[in-house]
Amino acid sequence: MSLNEEVEILRNIPLFANIEPSKLKLLAFTSERLTFRKGQDLCVQGEMGDAAFIIIDGAVDVLVNTDDGPLSVAKMGKNDVVGEISILTDVPRTATVRATSDVTVLRISKDLFLRLMREFPQMAVEIMRELARRLDKTTADLTRALAADGSN
Amino acid sequence: MESSIFKYIRRYSLRQQIWIVIVSGASFPFLYLFYELPKRIVNDAILSDPERFPVELFGLELGHFTFLFALCGVFLILVVINQGFKYYINLFKGLTGERMLRRLRFDLYSRVLRFPLPTFRNMSQGEIIPMITAEVEPLGGFIGDAYAQPAFQGGQLLVIIAFLFVANPIMAGAAVALYPLQVYVIPKLQRRVNLLGKERVRLVRKLSDRIGETVQGVQEVHVHDTSRLERADFSIRLGEIFEVRYKIYRQKFVIKFINNFIQQLGPFFFYSLGGFLVISESLDIGTLLASIAAHKDLAAPWKQLLNYYQISADSRIKYENVVSQFEPAGMHDSSLQDTEPEQITPLTGEVATFNLTLNDDQDVPVVDGVNLKFSLDQSVAVVGAGGPGRDNLMLLLARLLDPHGGRVTVGGQDTIGLPEAITGRRMSFVGSAGYVFAATIASNLYYGLKHRQIGPNPDDEAATEHKQKTAESLRSGNSTDDFFGDWVDLAGAGLANTAELDRKAFRVLDLVEFRDDVYRFGLRGTFDPGKEPERAEAIMKAREALRVRAKADPGIAALIETFDRTKYNANATMAENLLFGNAIGDVFKMDRLAENDYVRSVLKKAGLTDTILQVGFQVAATMIELFADLPPDHEIFQQFSFISADELSEFQAILSRADKDHPETLSSDDRSKLLSLPFLIIPARHRLGLITDDLQAQILKAREIFAADLPDDLRAAVEFYEPDRYISAANIQDNILFGKISHGEAHAADNVGQLISEVIRDLSLSDEIVRVGLDYHVGVGGARLTPAQRQKLVLARSLIKQPDLLLISEGLNTLDAAAQSRIMENLLEEYDGRALVWSLQRPELAEAFDRVIVMEGGKVKEQGTFAELKGAGNLLAGLVAERVA
Repeated sequence: MSLNEEVEILRNIPLFANIEPSKLKLLAFTSERLTFRKGQDLCVQGEMGDAAFIIIDGAVDVLVNTDDGPLSVAKMGKNDVVGEISILTDVPRTATVRATSDVTVLRISKDLFLRLMREFPQMAVEIMRELARRLDKTTADLTRALAADGSN
Repeated sequence: MESSIFKYIRRYSLRQQIWIVIVSGASFPFLYLFYELPKRIVNDAILSDPERFPVELFGLELGHFTFLFALCGVFLILVVINQGFKYYINLFKGLTGERMLRRLRFDLYSRVLRFPLPTFRNMSQGEIIPMITAEVEPLGGFIGDAYAQPAFQGGQLLVIIAFLFVANPIMAGAAVALYPLQVYVIPKLQRRVNLLGKERVRLVRKLSDRIGETVQGVQEVHVHDTSRLERADFSIRLGEIFEVRYKIYRQKFVIKFINNFIQQLGPFFFYSLGGFLVISESLDIGTLLASIAAHKDLAAPWKQLLNYYQISADSRIKYENVVSQFEPAGMHDSSLQDTEPEQITPLTGEVATFNLTLNDDQDVPVVDGVNLKFSLDQSVAVVGAGGPGRDNLMLLLARLLDPHGGRVTVGGQDTIGLPEAITGRRMSFVGSAGYVFAATIASNLYYGLKHRQIGPNPDDEAATEHKQKTAESLRSGNSTDDFFGDWVDLAGAGLANTAELDRKAFRVLDLVEFRDDVYRFGLRGTFDPGKEPERAEAIMKAREALRVRAKADPGIAALIETFDRTKYNANATMAENLLFGNAIGDVFKMDRLAENDYVRSVLKKAGLTDTILQVGFQVAATMIELFADLPPDHEIFQQFSFISADELSEFQAILSRADKDHPETLSSDDRSKLLSLPFLIIPARHRLGLITDDLQAQILKAREIFAADLPDDLRAAVEFYEPDRYISAANIQDNILFGKISHGEAHAADNVGQLISEVIRDLSLSDEIVRVGLDYHVGVGGARLTPAQRQKLVLARSLIKQPDLLLISEGLNTLDAAAQSRIMENLLEEYDGRALVWSLQRPELAEAFDRVIVMEGGKVKEQGTFAELKGAGNLLAGLVAERVA
């Protein structure tokens, strides 16, 4: 798979959807394409995150540690983004992501991502817009949930 | 050392000097004949009356022409004889001078080795180096002339003067009348030049000292932005030197002026006074002309003598100037280093000091009346609050400093008189700033065993060659030891053979926790498989083992892309794929492969030139698309771009000139630039999609052509990959790997590293790899090691010689606390029953030692066992409590 196909995948990801293709190409070129073998961890809960992963192929399990051991809270697959929060802010990984098959990902390092945003403010604006949309949605969800709570 | 250069010359080359004078004297008659003969040829042969012939010469009857040719023949013979004398005399002078120079340098260097350590506080290498190298250099030239020149020229002068006096005393007197004036005036002027010369030498020495300091402290210059300050300082120094040199020039030319003036006064008097006398008829014109000619004849040797006087004055100063610096107070006697006792027995008994005192430069006692005693089978900790006392006490015990009062005895003997053969073999000292020499780890490790030459160079030819050179070394009083011989003193370290030394070295590396570091150097190290075929074979086994594991486990196989002649390696650059081997030397240097003529011809033969040019065009276009918007100094450039920021605009221009479909129409320079780009592509990493399957197949074909057509003269420049052959130019790790680590595999590098160490462990190869690591070159002053590694190496060097008394003064202070404690435990165990004295920063560690000495303000305040001293009210208890709190 070549750079152009990776750019296509990036374009289908909402976080990057509005960024111009040439910048996405730079992002893809400067990222690493990695294969994690079945059972390997992409990231481990509690560790500081230094990269986001875009799943190009394969499936992963999102696991959260509980008193009874790891608990699977979600499954993710092709075109899903894992760990994007950690490239925007300094928080430890909130979950462990484990490959349930051989998984191919695009690894975008935090360092590089921030550098590109600094260089191309337009990119930052688009990311901000996407985050705001998510916040709006989360707020709306929350309001609805509270309203539903209140009505009970 | 001899106080004057003439004494030095007489002491070491009197016979040679006499010989030079004799030979010079012997050459005189021939020289005289040589000057005399032309007159005879003209007067007796050419202008002579033909009636006189035939004449008789040595019983032979000679005609006019024969006589002429006979005289000319004699002339020719005299030419040869005179030049022969000249050649011989000059050569002999040169030889004598060079031998003396060699001796002088050797003496000075030997003296440096005997300087008491405090000397080096006030004398830097920047001062010492030019003295031994540049400053004494001109002395060699002078030494050959020291006696011969005055004898020769003076003799000539006297002969001429004598002749003149015989011919006409008055005129001879007139010709030399002004010499006394010159003899009086010139030395007066010369003395001022000499003083300036001294000053110049001093200033240049300071200058080189300053340069040395700049080089050592250059980091601080950058840190504090003080380059202007440094330049200002340097400029002032240069200015001072300039002024002194300029003054010297002025003085020198004043001397020359006066000299020439007085010289010309002669003719002035001849013409004026002599002329007056001739006109007034009290002198005949013939005598006047003869005097003028005589004065002229005298000029040459007289000038030479004056010249000699100047040079000898200069050399005398240089010599005195240098030698006075090499006689510091308290210099050790040479017998301390030269004595080689018949037998060196291990030290036993006690170490004791009596009223031991040491003052610092300001005469303040830093070690003050110390009396202590411990047995040579005990471990001793020296603790105390900061201050110079502890460190200086350790240096005194190690006999590295000489006390100002009191004494140290080891096994009942005063250490002051002990030869270094004992203090340097049975004792050892490790300070915090131990020095690592610019050599391999092994030669640093074994440094402490090389006290004297044990055996000849194992290479017979080299050993014989050395022997032939020793006679010459002796003539200069130099060392006759063979530096390349066998120096490692196994017996002194209690070892029977090199196998034991090997084991000992490994043990020592373990004790100081240095083995892992050396192992890692070994993995990245290379060796010559021709010299170590067994080692190469063992590593080939590791390669095979790795291959077997990869075959059995697809997870491992995915981590490594093995070199395969028939496959394109997607994790290697195109250059590597084409060459398919390791470049030896610069011919096929990877980063310039596209420029190589042979590579070009291979591409052409494979019909690849245009394709690669096309790919190059696309790479350039992509790079411009990706990076053109970034500022040129952006880090991303350095990290990712194939094209440096500076070249980006150049490539932009090339592309604008090019026809996209026919880049081959570009100029050869442009094509050359574009051609080089695809060579850098690693498909698995860069994912540009440009190295298509088709192109890969073509490059594989080119790879075959490259190998098949390789001309004989280039065969040595590349070592092709073959699965069962050791690659001598590659390091061990790459040899085991025999492939590339996959770029696209998560944690591949870590996992491969793990795998390789497993394979090595399974084959018990790690010792062999450590051995390769021992050949790692540590760089100047050990710069290629971390400070902690340097300290470990210095400690290991002391351990390997198995001293009876080991003194460690904060020798591990760059290591972390845990590592320090671990190594200390190792050493205490190793030194059970021998004397280990450790000056500790952390008093709580003293508990593990048999005895504790507590110092304060240069005095020993407490000594005893830790248990005795730990009670409340004791200093030690206080120190420990302070730390714990």
